[in-house]
Amino acid sequence: MNVNVKYRVGKSKGVQALIVFFAFLITVPLLLIILYIFREGITKINWTFLTKIPKPVGETGGGIANALIGSALIVLTASVLAVPLGIMCGIYLSENKTGRLSYWSRLSVDVLQGVPSIVIGIVVYFWIVKPVGTFSAFSGSVALAIMMLPILIRSTEETLKMIPFSLKEAGLALGLPYHRVILKVIVPCGISGILSGIMLSIARIAGETAPLLFTAFGNPYLNINLAKPMQSLPLMIFNYATSPYDDWHNMAWGAALILLFTVLLLNIITKLTTRRWNVQL
Amino acid sequence: MPANSVLRVSYFIQIMDETKRKRKTKNSYGQIRAESLFKRTLVGIGAGMIVLVLGILFTLIVESIPSIRHLGARYLWGTTWDPVNNVYGAAPFLLGTLLTSFLALIISIPFSFAIAIYLGEYNPKGWLSSFLKNTVELIAAVPSVIYGFWGLLVLVPLVRTLEIKLGVLPYGIGIFTASLILAIMIIPYAASLGREMIRLVPSPLKEAAYSLGATRYEVIKNVILPYTKSGLFAGILLSLGRALGETMAVTMVIGNTSMIPTSIFAPGNTMASVIANEFTEADHTVYLSALIELGLVLFLVTVVINMAGKRIIKKFTTE
Repeated sequence: MNVNVKYRVGKSKGVQALIVFFAFLITVPLLLIILYIFREGITKINWTFLTKIPKPVGETGGGIANALIGSALIVLTASVLAVPLGIMCGIYLSENKTGRLSYWSRLSVDVLQGVPSIVIGIVVYFWIVKPVGTFSAFSGSVALAIMMLPILIRSTEETLKMIPFSLKEAGLALGLPYHRVILKVIVPCGISGILSGIMLSIARIAGETAPLLFTAFGNPYLNINLAKPMQSLPLMIFNYATSPYDDWHNMAWGAALILLFTVLLLNIITKLTTRRWNVQL
Repeated sequence: MPANSVLRVSYFIQIMDETKRKRKTKNSYGQIRAESLFKRTLVGIGAGMIVLVLGILFTLIVESIPSIRHLGARYLWGTTWDPVNNVYGAAPFLLGTLLTSFLALIISIPFSFAIAIYLGEYNPKGWLSSFLKNTVELIAAVPSVIYGFWGLLVLVPLVRTLEIKLGVLPYGIGIFTASLILAIMIIPYAASLGREMIRLVPSPLKEAAYSLGATRYEVIKNVILPYTKSGLFAGILLSLGRALGETMAVTMVIGNTSMIPTSIFAPGNTMASVIANEFTEADHTVYLSALIELGLVLFLVTVVINMAGKRIIKKFTTE
């Protein structure tokens, strides 16, 4: 009997050790990736790297200014397109919890969240690039905006659901019209949750490559015209990393470092500033 | 004069009142109009989401019609993919996708379950668990192109040495490498969902088992895992959906050949990586359309898997 108990306790301890080991093993690849990219990338980053455009293969020097500016422009345009739509749709879903239209709408958002990013790239190619006849940064922004929508909608809906119903009643009892109750009372109460959703969705799309392959396409020169092909950081990393040139690999390491730290920083800031909003993504 | 001025004042007041009343009524009409406009906009945007998803499906179907008409159902089990001779069989890519995804799933399951059990049961609070939780979330946040780049320059040489030791052809790139990268990428999804599910186990159940003298392992094995079975399964489904659609990291390390993969160390191709590689090179209608049909298959499969996963979670959390 005593031996049996000892065996059971020992087995329990052993399993616990195994679980702790496997659970913490996952930190290893993340640390390896961050350290490796930091080590390779930090030596490449300097003022020229940030402010010059790439030079042809074989010439030293050159930078990634076109990709930095392009990424910022594409992501900004995508946010301008997606944020108002996403928040409004989130309001709609949180206001209409039952009903046939809102059921199908919610289902569509679920579907949209699971659509592979490359499929969105194909579809936007046929919606914008083919009719217009040229790859463009704008089409890339549209593709990224479609990817942002489900995250924005989910976070807005979940945040607004947590706001007490009595607030809305109080506003309506004072005779405020419906839209002012929503826009002046409910949305400001949930603003930090909504903001964290916006930041997370930006962090999510800033590193997206697949939808940009057939839309923004990439561009070795500096371009700020949204109707023309534009370079972006992830696209550039992909093109340079799969090239056979060491020069380009080096530039890709630098670009990867910048991209990785931007994305991780956005995530960490969001987490620190909005810890009390338990946004489900 | 005074009477006149009184009259004038009262007339003035009357006018003031009237304009005020007019403005007020006009104002509230405006408010009502704004209100209904607002409501209609909300409904319109809600309906817009349905239109967006149906539009995606419709575009994919319409654009793959040439390929469906030209190839029919042969497309799905044809084993040769030869754009030069206009022969398209998607079997190598279907097989490649299934192999990488399931291999990644098998590699990832011990890790994601361990994380879920650790965060949900052993150590739900405290700095160590929040450290692990944040690490897992950051793993989900790293862009996939960075995983691909790192995999290409760090993991591929490692796999190559392993392959030399095992005595198989040392490609380095291939299905096994892609699965390793994918496994790292999908661990967070199953792990965080599993943690939520394990948290939902009612504590009276666990306490009852403890009071009967069960050890911690026995509680996990006989109470927690049976109770959260369907939730954990849903987490696996969602990470499978993720793995199927993942493009960039896989494209960079899988080797991109259109042959049927002969072993897990051979190079191959997945549906998503073929599209990424060949879409801009496709120079005639059937070729392009065959690629879009791949996209359509990918879309349908991921949607079905995701919906099934979400349905199970919903059922689990409402019960």
